[in-house]
This record gives sequence, C-alpha cells and structure tokens, in this order.
Amino acid sequence: MLELLYGVFVGPVKDMVTGPAFLAEVVIGGLAAGLMYSLVALGFVLIYKASGVFNFAQGVMVLFAALTLVGLMERGAPLVLALLVTMAVMGALAFAIERVVLRPLVNQEQIILFMATIGLNFFLEGFGELVWGSNVKKLDVGIPDSSFVVWGVQVNRLELTAAITAAVLVAGMAIFFQRTRIGRALRAVADDHEAALSIGIPLNTIWVVVWSAAGLVAIVAGIMWGAKSGVQFSLSLIALKALPVLILGGFTSVPGAIVGGLIIGVGEKLAEVYWGPLVGGAIENWFAYVLALAFLLVRPQGLFGERIIERV
Amino acid sequence: MTLRRVMIALLAVIVIAVPAAGTVSAQAKEMFVPSTVYRTGPYAPSGTPFANGLWDYLTMLNERDGGVNGVRLVVEECETQYDTKQGVECYERLKGKNGGAMVFNPLSTGITYQLIPKAGVDKIVIHSMGYGMTAASDGRWFPWVFTFPTTYWSQASSVIRYIGQQEGGLDKLKGKKIVHIYHNSPYGKEANPTLEELSHKYGFELTLLAVDHPGQEQKATWLQVRRINPAWVYMSGWGVMNQVAVKEAAAINFPMDHFIGNWWSASEADVIPAGDGAKGYKGATFHAPGANFKVHADIVKFVYDKGKNIGPKDKIGEALYNRGVVNAMYMTEAFRTAMAKYGNKPLTTEQVRWGYEHLSLTEARLDQIGLKGFTHPVKVSCEDHEGSGPVLIQQWDGKKWNVVSDWIQPMKEVVRPKLEAAAVEEGKKLGYTMRDCSKEN
Amino acid sequence: MIYREAGQFKSTYASDQALFPIRQDRVVVGLAVAAAVIAVPLVADEYWLQAVLIPFLIYSLAALGLNLLTGYAGQVSLGTGGFMAVGAYSAFKLASAFPGLSVLVVFLLAGLVTALIGLVFGLPSLRIKGFYLAVATLAAQFFLLWLFNKVAWFTDYASSGTITAPPRTVASIMVTGPAATAPVRYLTALAFVAVFALIAKNLVRGRVGRSWMAIRDRDIAAEIIGVRPLRTKLLAFAISSFFCGVAGAEYVFLYLGSAETLAFDINVSFLVLFMVIIGGLGSILGSFLGAAFIVMVPIFLTNVPHLLGLAMPVALQKQIELMVFGGLIILFLIVEPHGLARLWQIAKEKLRLWPFPY
Repeated sequence: MLELLYGVFVGPVKDMVTGPAFLAEVVIGGLAAGLMYSLVALGFVLIYKASGVFNFAQGVMVLFAALTLVGLMERGAPLVLALLVTMAVMGALAFAIERVVLRPLVNQEQIILFMATIGLNFFLEGFGELVWGSNVKKLDVGIPDSSFVVWGVQVNRLELTAAITAAVLVAGMAIFFQRTRIGRALRAVADDHEAALSIGIPLNTIWVVVWSAAGLVAIVAGIMWGAKSGVQFSLSLIALKALPVLILGGFTSVPGAIVGGLIIGVGEKLAEVYWGPLVGGAIENWFAYVLALAFLLVRPQGLFGERIIERV
Repeated sequence: MTLRRVMIALLAVIVIAVPAAGTVSAQAKEMFVPSTVYRTGPYAPSGTPFANGLWDYLTMLNERDGGVNGVRLVVEECETQYDTKQGVECYERLKGKNGGAMVFNPLSTGITYQLIPKAGVDKIVIHSMGYGMTAASDGRWFPWVFTFPTTYWSQASSVIRYIGQQEGGLDKLKGKKIVHIYHNSPYGKEANPTLEELSHKYGFELTLLAVDHPGQEQKATWLQVRRINPAWVYMSGWGVMNQVAVKEAAAINFPMDHFIGNWWSASEADVIPAGDGAKGYKGATFHAPGANFKVHADIVKFVYDKGKNIGPKDKIGEALYNRGVVNAMYMTEAFRTAMAKYGNKPLTTEQVRWGYEHLSLTEARLDQIGLKGFTHPVKVSCEDHEGSGPVLIQQWDGKKWNVVSDWIQPMKEVVRPKLEAAAVEEGKKLGYTMRDCSKEN
Repeated sequence: MIYREAGQFKSTYASDQALFPIRQDRVVVGLAVAAAVIAVPLVADEYWLQAVLIPFLIYSLAALGLNLLTGYAGQVSLGTGGFMAVGAYSAFKLASAFPGLSVLVVFLLAGLVTALIGLVFGLPSLRIKGFYLAVATLAAQFFLLWLFNKVAWFTDYASSGTITAPPRTVASIMVTGPAATAPVRYLTALAFVAVFALIAKNLVRGRVGRSWMAIRDRDIAAEIIGVRPLRTKLLAFAISSFFCGVAGAEYVFLYLGSAETLAFDINVSFLVLFMVIIGGLGSILGSFLGAAFIVMVPIFLTNVPHLLGLAMPVALQKQIELMVFGGLIILFLIVEPHGLARLWQIAKEKLRLWPFPY
C-alpha cells in the first residue's frame, strides 16, 4: 500500500526533479503535440461557433484536404498551385455541404445535425478513398522532420513549424472574428440563427464562409499532420484526440482550443512518461478524456466556453 | 413530399432484397478459395499488396497450368477492413459458397481468434500464416488450424538470437537494454512472454512499451525510448503505427540499424513515408524480398500481360506482395500433397486438412516451382503445425529491402514447451480433447 | 378502415391500460411474435440467422438501453461500447468462476455489474450537460477498454488476450460455445429482447419514464415540481447500462463466440447511437427499427452487386458502400428527422382513415 502511494505520488515527482532536461523535453513535446491537436480542434470550434453544428466530419475533412493536396502534388503540380486548388476544392465542398446537408436541416435539434455530420463523415471517407486511393502518401512541404538540440533539450523542427503556424492561424482568426464585419456576423449567427436572420444577415452565405474557413484550417492541420505521419486513412482518427481539447477549452472558444490543446498535450505526455510505466503504459488516450472531464466538473462549459443561461 | 416517398420505397427495396442474399452455385472440377482482404480502411496500405500477391499467384496457376493438377481455383475476395465483425461475416457468407470453401486465410489475428472455434465445427482449414493464435500450433489440440512457417514466439527468439549474433554472442547480451514496442492488442502482446523469459535467461533488461491502436501519436513512447537509450529496439506493429514509429525513431536520431521490426512491420508502406530517415531500418521476414524469381516472371507473363491483374505492375516484389505469393504457394502445395493421396479431383475439406498436415516442402520442390531460395523448406506434422521455421533479417537501403543475414533458427527448446502448455490451456477452454498422433497416419 | 377503433369498448381499468389497447395492434404483434418464434428458425438459413437476425436482436437490446438514456432521459452517451464490454467481460468472469451457474443468470448478473459501473460513470451528468456529457462519456469508453486490455485478470490470464464464451447448456440444449446451433442462439436472444422490451415499455409508461422525460425536456422545471435530478439521472444510467451490459454479454456469448477489446471500440458506440437516432429518439419500437436499418443496409449494399450481376472490385464496392451509407443517413435525417418510428406512426394514422384521405 505504501509502495503504491510512493509510486504514485513520490516516485514520478522525484523522476521529474532529477532529470530537468528530460522533463523540459517532455513538456515541449507535449506543448507541440497539444498544438497539433488544437489545429484540428480549431475547425470544430469555427463551425460550432457559427452554425451550432458539432461537425464530426472535421477529422475526415483534414484527411480529405491532405489527400487532395498530396494527390495534386503527386500528379506534378507545384506546391503553391496545389494549395490554391485544394483551397478551392474545400470551398466547393463547403458550398455543397451547405446546400445538401445544412439547408434542409435548418432549425433541427443539435443531435440531428451531429448525426448528419457523421453521415457526412462516412461519405467523405468513401469518396476520398475512391478518388485518391488508399496507399500511404508522403507529404513533403519542405520542412525536415529532424531535431536539433538547444540547452540539452531536443526540439523537433517540424513541431516548431507547426507551433508557429498554429499561433499565426489563431491570431489571424482572432482578428477576423473581432475586427471584421463578417466576423461580427458570424458571432451573431452563433448566438441565435433566427435573430440574425431577422436583422438581415444572409445565413446561407455565412455558413458557406464558415465551412470554407474550417476547410482552410483543415488544410493546415492536414499539412502538419500529414508531414508528421504520412497521409493515410488514420488521419481522420485525430478528431478523437481533438475532442478532449474541445471539451476542456469550450466548444465556442478559439483561445480555448489553443489553451485546451496545450493543457491536454502536456498532461497527456507527462502522464504517459512518468505515470504510465506504473500501470503498463498506453494511458494517453483515456487520460486526456479524464483530464478534460476533471476540468469540466469545475467549469461545466469548459475553461473558456460560454456559460449557458438556462431558462425555466 | 416526393423525397419522403423515395425514401420509403428505398426502405421497402432493402427489406425485400436482403433475403435474396447468399445464393449458392456449385461447379464441377473447381475448388473455391475465398480471399479475405483489406483494400480499404486504415490497414489498406498493408493489406492491398498481400491481396494482390495471393490473387496473382493463384491466377497465374489457373492460366499457366489450368489450376492445381487440372483443377481450377475459383478465388473470390471479401473485404474485411481488418475488422473482426466483417471478417466473421465474410466467413459465414463464403464458407458454403461454390461447393464449400477449402481453406481460410483470415489475415488478421483478431479474425483468426473468432474463427478457430468455428473451424472444427464447420470443418474448414484455417491457415494463420505467421500470425495468431500461436497456441494453436499444437496440432494435437487444434487439428484444423495451421500457423506455419513460424510464429511470433519463435520469431521473437530468432530476433534475440540475431541480436546476440550482432553483439558477438548471446552471453554478451547481459546487462544490455532491449525495448519491445508493441501494438496494444493480442497480436502485439504475443511476443511478450517469450521475450520476458529470454530476458531472464540471457540477462538483458527488457522494457515493454505499448502503443494504443491506431498508433498515430507515439511521441511519449519515443521520449521514453530516448530516456532508456536501449541498445536495440524490436517492434510488433501494424498499420500506421509502423510508419509513425519509423519516423519518430529517425526524428530522435536513433541508430536505425538497431531497430528491428517483426515481419508485419517491415514493408514498403512502413518506410517510404519516412524518406531517407528510414535507411538502415531492419525487419524480420520468412521469405526473400524482390521480384527476381522465376515465379514473378511467370506472373508477369500469364497475369499482367493478359490483363488479369488487380494491382499495379510496379508493386510486384514488394515485401507484402511476396508474403501473399508465399501464402498462395503454401496453399496450392498443400492441395497438391492431398491430391497425391486422394487423386487429381476437387478435394473435400477433410482431404485438404490432411494435405496441410502432411505438407513437406523441400528445396528441390521450391526450385521446381520457380521459387529457388525464396523461402525455407517447411515440414508440417500432426503435433507441429508451426513448422518451427527460421527467419531472415532484411534491411532497407532507401530503395529496396536486402537480406542481410542467413536463416536464423528459433530457440525451439524455449518456445515449444510454452507452446504446448498454452495449447492445453486454450484447448481445454474450448472443450477439446487431445488427439493421439501415433494412432493416425 | 382497417385500423378502426370504433366498437372496441373497454369495461375494466386493466383493459384500458393494456399495452396494446386496440385489437388490430394485438393481432399484428401476436402474429409477429409467432412468426419470429416459430417460422423464422424453420425457414431462415444459417447465414441469415448468424449474420443478420442474431446481431439485429443483440443490437436492438443495446439500442433499447441507449434509447432509454438518450431518448427518454435526454443524456447523450457515447460510452455504449464500453458498457457492452463491461457486460461481456463480467459475464465471462462469472461464467468461468461459477461453471454451474445457468448462463441466463450469468447474463442478468453481468447486467447488474454493468448497471453499477454505469451508475459511477453517470455521476458527471449531474454537473455536465449536452454534448459536453457525450464527450465525457467517451472517457468511460476509453478507460474501460484500456482496463480490460491491460489487466490480465479480466481474461483469466489468457495468453491470447481474448475472452471466449465457454460452452454452456440450458435444459441440456447447447446455448453457447461453438457447438450451439444458430436457431437455439437466436431463440435465446429473442427471449431476452422480448422480456426486456416489455420491461422498457412499462418503465416509460409509468412514473419513472415520465420523470425521465421531464428531466429531458426542462430539467430545472422538473426539479421545481419535485423530480429529483440526482436519482432520476442515475436511475436512467443504471437501467440503460443494465440493458447494454446484457447486450454485451450476448454479443460475445451468442454472436461472436470470442472477443477482444477492439470489438467494443468507439465504432460500436456510434453504431448504436445511429440506431437510436434513425429509429427515433424516445420510442421503443424505434430502437428495433433503427437496429434493423443499420444491420440490414450494409448487408444489402454488399450483396446488391451480386444481385445485379455486376462484378465490382472489392475495394470499389466497399468505398461505394461507405458513400451510400453516409448518403442514406443524411437523406434519412432530411426526410424524417424524428426517425423511422415517426414514419410508422404516420402510417398508422393514415391507416385509420384509409381509404379516405381525411
């Protein structure tokens, strides 16, 4: 019993203190991984904020974006052209989704819309594989996946690039939402569809814009994840890792997605490296969810989520 | 409103059409071989070349020789997506079709576990070539399940023997650190008991690191590897886990020639995404890589030139393509062995089982088929459905796999007793009784 | 005209409160049950029993459980797979520890264990609502599967890491194990589903069901009128987990034969949620209809090329299957967001007046 307590409370802390360089590596690795999750979570947040839909298909959109980009590059298109075409494709996809899925289901309950996005998930999975094939593809955007050592701590170039990209993206989106007219319109729509309609905000256009923006975020996430682990089917499963980030940060908050990502990333890695060996390892998956759950018990709408005002 | 009517009509069609599923038609002078594959889903990069290899070899036999001793083979693929439920559904749908399936190659440890109890009842041979369940290699308890040419436990012991060779002797392993990274599923865990026993025997420090399905995110695992700083890393991975592991190993600058993957972790799909970083990565295998064998020339001539192929021509000779070829080869040689006794006609499944159990593949025979030096001779017996085969170590040089070792024997004295004990345990669970091999021929 | 209730008078309270007050309903249900019990085992071939009917019955039970929780009590849960795993593993441990215990009792005890676990994982529902709760139940899903994977005690230290249903008999007929025939297993599953559906139907008609629906619709108002949220929500979780646990035990013992944790992963949770939503949230019949839809559509899609005589490469077929499945779900939700049960209700309404239009 005493050993158990020692193993859980004292041992790992001692480990951490006696190896500060390694601890720093784990923390940095966690931060980087967390930011990668945030990239995916951002797409969720965008769509939820503006259309109230929990887009389960975000993971598949990341995969689809990456597949399109790599597929075009394999056929000889230079990077910039491929990027532009992919953005156009994601825009067209957003348009199609709005027309076929969202418009007929306007004003339905959240869970119905959620189910529709699951249906979309299946559809895009099959479609992506049909068009681009199921082989693993290498994504080369010119960022080497090597590490360099600074102050005894190993830092990975690819992760560093991803972190910087995420920061830029978030800053861009914050400015977009706070300072532009469309951003304000998006926030209005997120608050109340009908009220927004009644003051003249074109709902359908807004939704196309939002889903395209989410598509753009999906492209960035796809590039980063694809460069890290190759473009193949399992990329869509990243969405499951982004969910704890969402619930920790709150479904409707962009800074929440980032902060949540960082917390989940660091927490996950620390748990796996220092407490994992005690229980045989592979605790990352559920630990992220339990961590998010623990935060939720204190703040039921997530750290930065909007407090839902309930009326009787 | 009309959309609603369309929907209702569609539902009605589904309800009526489903019962029409699963019709049977038997043909004369043919044997039915279902091929469970995964050409879609997360494991497709590994499943597709295997399926192509199997298909190509069997089609080549049909085209070149008119089948096995004049009996054509009817091959039908069924997609499982490496999912157990779909695998069982494929089995149920195809086991009685076309006069009955001769043999099943589940291509998945999970599906194999499901089918093992059914094999004895339905009387269909299950050939789990080099995958689970290892305990079923004792033919006295599991007459209908075959695992040759070798199993995970034997492979683990062979890899340790190889590492010992590289270090200058098995006694030099004392005090060295070896890490086993494994897929957190029954498949990945198979090698662990054997590795633990060997670590006690030879005194090396073994660390077991589990990676959860699908294995997309392995940062924490490789941080731990960096901290432990082992001399060697062995991996039992599958699917995307493999390539992520190779990439992460390259990213932390781990010496790739001290990283060995098992025979499902060493294929082209695992190393190409990592690019140059994967150079030097080693893997275990039980057949040679490459397309330089007479069989491949025949496949090109009789299958690709006639347009009967499914996969692309430039992927012939890949590691997993050859795995499919070897699987098909064992199957047809077993058929031939049975036909030598029972005659050149479509066999019953009992006869096929006899053929599998008495398979004796020699160097001379391999030469005859056009696979000289491709794989090791195999001898299956009533007690030994494993064949206790040796493995080769291959290494990736950036463009292709090259064999870098001789045939490395497994440590039979360690593996066989454990295997027999496990067979007793698993057999009793299913309510089996042990056969007496001396009473049969 | 067919469905007229005119002329059917009730003279006792009991007959008025009957489950199927209209005679036509009673006749149809009676015929359906008779067909299911007598005709199907005689007529259906093994493939149909094994691959369609038995999973349909098992999934209906799980969908029933989830419907009670999500449809009636309004707590979205994505942990169904994990709860089914609890049922399966506890049934396995009980069956191997008490070989003399009847397998029917084993299933019920497994359900009880799952109910207790469900109670524990339902505690966050008091604080967390809506989608946040759904994602929180994923914690249950992942943790439970990890636990069963990691702790070898659950699989009785099997080297294979899987649980296998031991052969068991009921009244000297083989019910589980490889020798159990498909019709026997089908009838066992049918018996369980029938009994539990009856229980569920009565639950939702009574005080418990009404308190669940009150919490679902306006939980603060419900609290004000005296419905205790703690008890009600936890009861919903417990009963729903009971159903899912029994379904999980049946999944391994009557359908698969053996299983590893991957058989209960998150895809199962989503699948059961589909069944509930497509069948209709808050409807007992809906659970069955939804399960039938989800079980039959993939089989239909797999076999259609054969029926039409097309020989499609396997990969293409699977991809088109996925696309059609996804498309069907979306189409379905657009056409009838309240599920198949609502379609059935509308049909009954129309039948009342047929052949008159109004």
